[in-house]
Amino acid sequence: MQFANEVKYLLYKEILLEWRSKYAINGMLLYVVSTIFVCFISFVTMENKITWNALFWIIMLFAAINGVSKSFLQESKGRQLYSYIIASPAAIILAKTIYNILMMVILTTIALGVYIIVFSYSPSDFLLFYIAVILGSLSFSTIFTMVSAIATKAGNGGMLMAVLSFPLIIPVLIVLIKLSKNAIDGLDRSVSLDEIGILLLINVMTVTASLILFPYLWKD
Amino acid sequence: MYKSWWKIMGSVLVIYTTIGGLLLGVPRLAILNETIRNLYFHVPMWFGMLTLFSISVWYSIKYLLSTNQTDDLKAVESVNVGIVFSLLGLVTGSIWAKFTWGQYWSFDVKQNFTAIAILLYFAYLVLRNSIDEEQKRAKISAIYNIFAFPMMVVLIMVLPRLQDSLHPGNGGNPGFNSYDLDSRMRAVLYPAFLGWSIIGYWIYTIRFRIRSLEIKDNS
Repeated sequence: MQFANEVKYLLYKEILLEWRSKYAINGMLLYVVSTIFVCFISFVTMENKITWNALFWIIMLFAAINGVSKSFLQESKGRQLYSYIIASPAAIILAKTIYNILMMVILTTIALGVYIIVFSYSPSDFLLFYIAVILGSLSFSTIFTMVSAIATKAGNGGMLMAVLSFPLIIPVLIVLIKLSKNAIDGLDRSVSLDEIGILLLINVMTVTASLILFPYLWKD
Repeated sequence: MYKSWWKIMGSVLVIYTTIGGLLLGVPRLAILNETIRNLYFHVPMWFGMLTLFSISVWYSIKYLLSTNQTDDLKAVESVNVGIVFSLLGLVTGSIWAKFTWGQYWSFDVKQNFTAIAILLYFAYLVLRNSIDEEQKRAKISAIYNIFAFPMMVVLIMVLPRLQDSLHPGNGGNPGFNSYDLDSRMRAVLYPAFLGWSIIGYWIYTIRFRIRSLEIKDNS
């Protein structure tokens, strides 16, 4: 019970801090929307739906890597020490992960809306595509939160973050692109159950590993 | 002498599978022909790699529980030897692909995913080099190693089964374990798995001892 309370308070703290400055979410939104516009200006029309799909995931990947890596890199040493005193490390990583998931779900939903309007194309099975988008923001958040914790502890954030997280995220991205391509082609939904299962499995695995490993990571 | 029985066994097995693999009879199949013998040299590399990476994860877990520097040294040396095995597996696969698929690298899913899995371990080594302080380096790289291992297993064992591939055993191609692999091949293949894993473990223990001596000299 105490653990649940800690997670709740830490989550509340994260959301409150974000609400005061609105820096991360607005920054990421601006980043995503301007990237979409740059793509629109360079492509103008997109006949090939595979390109449409791949471009969306590339934009989302870089938005996620920029946004989620902030969760640990940006926090000051003093504030980190303070939260370590008042809460258990597992609660800290869980709260951060949940916060990142919420942020990514909001961001990807808005980005998807803008993307669909700008390129004036909507996938034929929109619900399945949206499920893929939700699963994507879930997997990006769980994996990048833990990797950003590792990169922050190692000292030089930016470059390490990319080196460490790309090999981990590529398998997820491959499954995501396959799933969303099924949605674009309008295949029967039972075909995509395998991919959804694997993505959920990877997420459960990642969250379990983070909960077990993070307590070892934070103590110096 | 009685302690080195496993080294002798490993050497005998590898010598037997090398000679036997080149000389013993194999089933005659279209396209594959004699290249089927590559099975004896290609698949055991992945077994050796998996053995070594598992040893590495085991010592990483042990390090987190004990914070003993020798455990960290064992973890990194087994990754080093494991990477050599994975590169050998990739090379033997490419050479075989040249003769059966027509190209060394045809961007088949199996090839791509293995390359990504190897990148994962290169990232581990880069992470190690980026940290100067020994204790911290050991701890953080142990955590990354444990975090990355399940993803590596998903990459090389689960994902290729979901997609079409030219690789035997995938995408409707007959696997070697169905009707092609008759008892003559099993008699060579299974000893090869064991033999190459033992040789990999042996190389790793030698590397570990060299590194421990170097560290002792320096301190």
